[in-house]
Amino acid sequence: MISNNRLSKEEYEQNFTDIHPPFETKEAALVEANRCLFCYDAPCTKICPTGINVPKFIKQITTDNIKGSAHTIFLSNIMGAGCSKVCPVEKLCEGSCVFNLMDEPPIPIAKLQRYSTEMAMEKKWPLFKRKPSAGKKVAVVGAGPAGLSCAHVLAREGVDVTIYEKESEGGGLMTYGIAAYKVTPDFCEDEVNYILSIGGIGIKYNQVLGKDISLSGLQKEFDAVFLGIGVGLARQLEIPGEELDGVVDAISFIYQLRNEGFSKVPVGDRVAVIGMGMTAIDAATQAKRLGAKEVTMLYRRTKDEMPCTQHELDIAMLDGCMIEWLAAPKELKGQDGKVTQIVCDIMQLGEPDASGRRAPVATGETFALEVDMVIKAAGQMPFGELVLSQNLQHSNSKIKVSGSATSIKGVFAGGDCVNGGKEVVDAVQAGKDGAGAILNYLKLK
Amino acid sequence: MANISSTFLGIKSPNPFWLASAPPTDKKYNVLRAFEAGWGGVVWKTLGSQVKNVSSRYSAVDYGGQRVMGLNNIELISDRPLDINLKEIRECVRLFPDRAMVVSLMADNDKQSWHELIKKVEDTGAHGFELNFGCPHGMTERGMGASVGQDPEIARMVVEWVMEAATLPVITKLTPNVHSVVPTGRAVVEAGTHALSLINTIQSITGVDLDTLVPNPYVDGKSVFGGYCGPAVKPIALKMLTTIAQDELTRKVPISGIGGVSTWKDAVEFMLLGASNVQVCTAAMKHGFRIVEDMIEGLTNWMDEKGYKTLDDFIGRSVNTITHWEDLDINYHHIAKINQDKCIHCGLCYIACEDTSHQSIRLDYGNPYNTYTIIEDECVGCNLCKLVCPVNDCITMEVHRKGEEYINWKEYQRRGLPLNDH
Repeated sequence: MISNNRLSKEEYEQNFTDIHPPFETKEAALVEANRCLFCYDAPCTKICPTGINVPKFIKQITTDNIKGSAHTIFLSNIMGAGCSKVCPVEKLCEGSCVFNLMDEPPIPIAKLQRYSTEMAMEKKWPLFKRKPSAGKKVAVVGAGPAGLSCAHVLAREGVDVTIYEKESEGGGLMTYGIAAYKVTPDFCEDEVNYILSIGGIGIKYNQVLGKDISLSGLQKEFDAVFLGIGVGLARQLEIPGEELDGVVDAISFIYQLRNEGFSKVPVGDRVAVIGMGMTAIDAATQAKRLGAKEVTMLYRRTKDEMPCTQHELDIAMLDGCMIEWLAAPKELKGQDGKVTQIVCDIMQLGEPDASGRRAPVATGETFALEVDMVIKAAGQMPFGELVLSQNLQHSNSKIKVSGSATSIKGVFAGGDCVNGGKEVVDAVQAGKDGAGAILNYLKLK
Repeated sequence: MANISSTFLGIKSPNPFWLASAPPTDKKYNVLRAFEAGWGGVVWKTLGSQVKNVSSRYSAVDYGGQRVMGLNNIELISDRPLDINLKEIRECVRLFPDRAMVVSLMADNDKQSWHELIKKVEDTGAHGFELNFGCPHGMTERGMGASVGQDPEIARMVVEWVMEAATLPVITKLTPNVHSVVPTGRAVVEAGTHALSLINTIQSITGVDLDTLVPNPYVDGKSVFGGYCGPAVKPIALKMLTTIAQDELTRKVPISGIGGVSTWKDAVEFMLLGASNVQVCTAAMKHGFRIVEDMIEGLTNWMDEKGYKTLDDFIGRSVNTITHWEDLDINYHHIAKINQDKCIHCGLCYIACEDTSHQSIRLDYGNPYNTYTIIEDECVGCNLCKLVCPVNDCITMEVHRKGEEYINWKEYQRRGLPLNDH
């Protein structure tokens, strides 16, 4: 049965408390900061999509220069605070830390990054000074990581920026699409406000591109436009029974959880989650933490091909989620319009596909699982109609760019709407790249 | 098993680890705890005219997240009444007759004061004296401590006074606040001291508080130069010790080594460079008396591994390996080698060599791991890369002699052999 309000207030609090708690004390941070070797041409920096100078910001913690440390981080990644909580660091900076090569625990880079950036946000340090107005206006569509990052770089250079956001709050997927035990809504709001505090950035909420605003209108009003509209539509399974009650998509599920409060979000007794990406993990663990009795994750390939990190998989498994590898949904069955069973093909791995991963092939055998809720997390789709209606060149609805420039002069794009959906840190870099291209276009550098 | 018992000027102790004259040895309570913990002996905190101390008294240098790499103090000699000190010394000698009890002295600057003080201390049953000619703060302003040790002739005069009265062995403790410890060392040996000990603390400022702008340690808005000690001073102490161990005159008396001894390894190094025993203070002040347990066990294990049966088997063994620069072999040449299996690609060797040395490391970019190799023709064998490498034995120095024969600088010049061309 699908129902909400399954747990006590205390249980909700416990289940959704910060999964990566910060350093309790300065001394604790210093112990780890002092372990850092201060590598030259450091692997952690090179592997970071935004290229944060990690050894420098850690060294600055050890010299009591937290302001400098936070500046070093934000200079490369204005969402450095959020990224310290949501980045898959085990495959990026921490995964490449040279201590791994000594079979020693890596430096807890994310935790140290959180230490400096949270202090900066808490004390509201004004770390960046806006140049005098350059007399140019740029519109940014989407207040997610790409849009905010782009806006901040432009604002620093004296450009007057207006952001148009379809939701009522900024932050994009950081605010609406990430598990609540990683970032809280309050944190996301603080982060957006801290980014905007540089000045020169106006933000207009509840403005949907294609309804409330149009690209051509923006082009007329502004000197350039940056599209950071992200992705949003859940990939459909395209199997019978998908319309049954109890079949939801992970993005709406997580959105609801973040937007409405834990006790108001209904969840089933026996939940199947389809997919094995970060969003699937966030959906599965949170379904369990909302009180679902049984959560099973279904993935059509094996552990070797899974998109999530081992660390994320461990979170799901420690939460008691069950995993079925090589299981592809074939049909959803129901009673009285409500889903009751999911039938899966048992797969085996064949030849590598376009992604280079071995493609799953049905063996002909199937199994069935009794469920009362199915959460689809098989990836997100770009806003196809929107992209098409703006006459932008695209590839499978992903906006095509050349050095951040779209096929339309003066219109730039970056982030998930271009790459199809990557990490927050990738979107931040895309925003920086977009800003760089716009500054060139406006002859401001 | 190795025998680590020690005899210094006939004073026996079960091991060569004494506590130096300092706060840890200023009363019976501490000294009994030290003896219970296993220390071989103590040098009782300096006795003299009674003084008054200030608050605060210590400050430290922290480094790389570790506390107290160096410690400084502005404490004076014992501020307890002489009678109480003498009574407690007597009790400690009675309770632990197998441990060394040496008493540090700093009398007022006249013969009579020294003679009276010596007489009183001899009555306690203590085994010897250590003359404090080294304390660099406070007492110097009254013409005592380092101001005696800094002037060989004053030091000679005071030791002569002492030798007239003393029937017990006399050790003279030298100050490092001089360009060389040898002149004072020679003067006091000529005056008859039975042994030397060194070093006392080094005048210092450990740092300045960046909020109050007052240096440490803070005494109501002011500070004074303090005596520096602890691990930071060990290299300076070892050098000064070696000059005493090499001098023809001063090497004739036993030396008690002091200055940053924290572990059994430090102690062995002091003894290899000529100390017959060592005195410890800062390490005990940081960790308590329990550190002596590992000092005893570590020394014993090392001696067993090396086949040394008694301390005399290795005391002074390294003294003659310190030579003059112009006697070094110019044909000796070694070159760094990086073990690629051990390398963790941190790049620390590269940036040190590239920015500050001889550009002898080649960088091949990789993602995310670069590869670093030695350019053998450029390497001068300076050791810098090996020193900064965080992995043990990843960088080794391999000998590539420039020629078979030993040739020193004088000979090299005499033959007109080529100098560097870069």
